Amino acid sequence: MDDIQKRILSEVADLHGVPEGAYNIRVDGGSAGRRSTENIEIIPKPEGSGLDIRIKPGTRRESVHIPVILSKTGMKEVVYNDFYIGEDSDVVIVAGCGIHNCGNQDSQHDGIHRFFVGRGAKMRYVEKHYGEGDGSGKRILNPVTELHLEADSTAELEMVQIRGVDSTERVTTAELAEGARLVVQERLMTHGSQSAVSVYKVDMNGENSTSDVVSRSVARDDSYQKFDALINGNAPCRGHSECDAIIMDRARVLAVPQLDANNIDAALIHEAAIGKIAGDQLIKLMTLGLTEAEAEEQIINGFLK
Amino acid sequence: MLELQNVSYTVEDEGRPVEILKDVSFKVDDQKFVVITGPNGGGKSTIARLISGVAAPTGGRIIFDGKDVTGLSITDRAKLGIGYALQQPVRFKGIDVKDLLRIAAGHDLTTDEACGYLSRVGLCARDYINREVNASLSGGELKRIEIATLLARKPKLSVFDEPEAGIDLWSFQNLIRVFEIMRSEIEDGSILIISHQERILDIADEIIVVADGQIERQGPKDEIFPHLVGTTSAISGCTRLVERS
Ligand SMILES: Nc1ncnc2c1ncn2[C@@H]1O[C@H](COP(=O)(O)OP(=O)(O)OP(=O)(O)O)[C@@H](O)[C@H]1O
Ligand SMILES: [Mg+2]
Repeated sequence: MDDIQKRILSEVADLHGVPEGAYNIRVDGGSAGRRSTENIEIIPKPEGSGLDIRIKPGTRRESVHIPVILSKTGMKEVVYNDFYIGEDSDVVIVAGCGIHNCGNQDSQHDGIHRFFVGRGAKMRYVEKHYGEGDGSGKRILNPVTELHLEADSTAELEMVQIRGVDSTERVTTAELAEGARLVVQERLMTHGSQSAVSVYKVDMNGENSTSDVVSRSVARDDSYQKFDALINGNAPCRGHSECDAIIMDRARVLAVPQLDANNIDAALIHEAAIGKIAGDQLIKLMTLGLTEAEAEEQIINGFLK
Repeated sequence: MLELQNVSYTVEDEGRPVEILKDVSFKVDDQKFVVITGPNGGGKSTIARLISGVAAPTGGRIIFDGKDVTGLSITDRAKLGIGYALQQPVRFKGIDVKDLLRIAAGHDLTTDEACGYLSRVGLCARDYINREVNASLSGGELKRIEIATLLARKPKLSVFDEPEAGIDLWSFQNLIRVFEIMRSEIEDGSILIISHQERILDIADEIIVVADGQIERQGPKDEIFPHLVGTTSAISGCTRLVERS
């Protein structure tokens, strides 16, 4: 890997070299390194189209890193990764995609991730998106995340996109069996003329399943964001979704929350708040000696932390 | 240290001008502990807002350390050494207590330093240092954190707007110690407190009574304090309104 690729790797996966545990590092369509472990097997699909990742039942406290780096302009790829997470395991999966585009052609990575989380298993999934490069070519990421949560399993997703991605359309779907638990935390900041669309569709099919989808975002300049979350309560369950957005400059934020209760014991809540930074927050930090711009920065950093 | 010269503040309300402050003049000398008191709605918080630059006076001048600061921004005044603890503190999503103290101090703080400020306002530091300054804090907790930010900031002039508000009487006994200590430690700073509390009035060098947007009385504590017991300043604005009509 060259220096640019290494830097992007540290941005998206907090990695400064080869990670511990199982990993696959994908650079410009090829594999720049892969390791399976005794409990976690990474098997490439034919022709570099993706990976099958199999985690043995009962695997505990192990991690998988699968960062993706695009550093050539004009690179377009669709990658299918399937994760089979064995019963009663407890694992962390760190994905993430960074694009460096200095050229004038668009670079695009569409990652289609399917997760089959076994009975009683617990998975934490961290995904960071990052873009850089001053070419006129766009940096585009369209991730699809499909979750199948078996009984009493847990999936915690943390999705972060703070800088440099021109266009994203993120689609996340989940189906939950009895006692399954889904927690999603999305952190998003858009600027310039970027556009970011997040679509969630959660089907709570099993008794006592719970879901909590929370998005915090900041839209600056002329950017556009859409938060579109549908929570279906098809059984006695508890669902909560929340969209909390700070709007600045000439940006636009559209929140489309939908709750669909199909069962008398489905308890569903949605909260949405869009607004500019509160004037009294700016004033307070300015009385502590910050300029208005510094105060804004502190408020946004805290909000997206 | 601070001087208000013929300060007035008028706002438009439904097209008609409303005079909120009329010709207010007073001085806070170096190393002095001055208390502003008076009935609700009298204009006390407005004075604090004008001093800190949150609002601009429609007439008169504000002098700080010999410099006319009337036209200066909030930030510039803060940098010159004016500190302001609000009557109603602000909540922030995601900013924790330690962040706020660090911003106030203007440099990184060790956990020990940050805890020191919290302990002084009667908060068990370890429980609060990493709490977000958000809606999960009670009104009283928020008030103490607000006071702690001024302790961390160490401004030349500290303006506190009703620091006792929302703090239960029991805890107030401890808080009063904070102000007594501040009082005894004044070296090259001054303190201006808006308060209704007898015990705070009692440690004042000077008292200013503000009512109806004007200074009703001002002078050394011993001169003003006896007048306050059982006067209009001690009863609520509503009673005053009823009496007037
Ligand atoms: N921007 C404004 N527009 C209209 N009225 C205002 C404005 N600012 C202040 N006022 C009014 O001016 C009066 C003085 O307000 P201020 O908050 O200064 O009173 P106070 O003495 O601090 O009262 P309290 O003891 O209740 O805190 C009040 O009647 C208030 O409603
Ligand atoms: Mg007030």
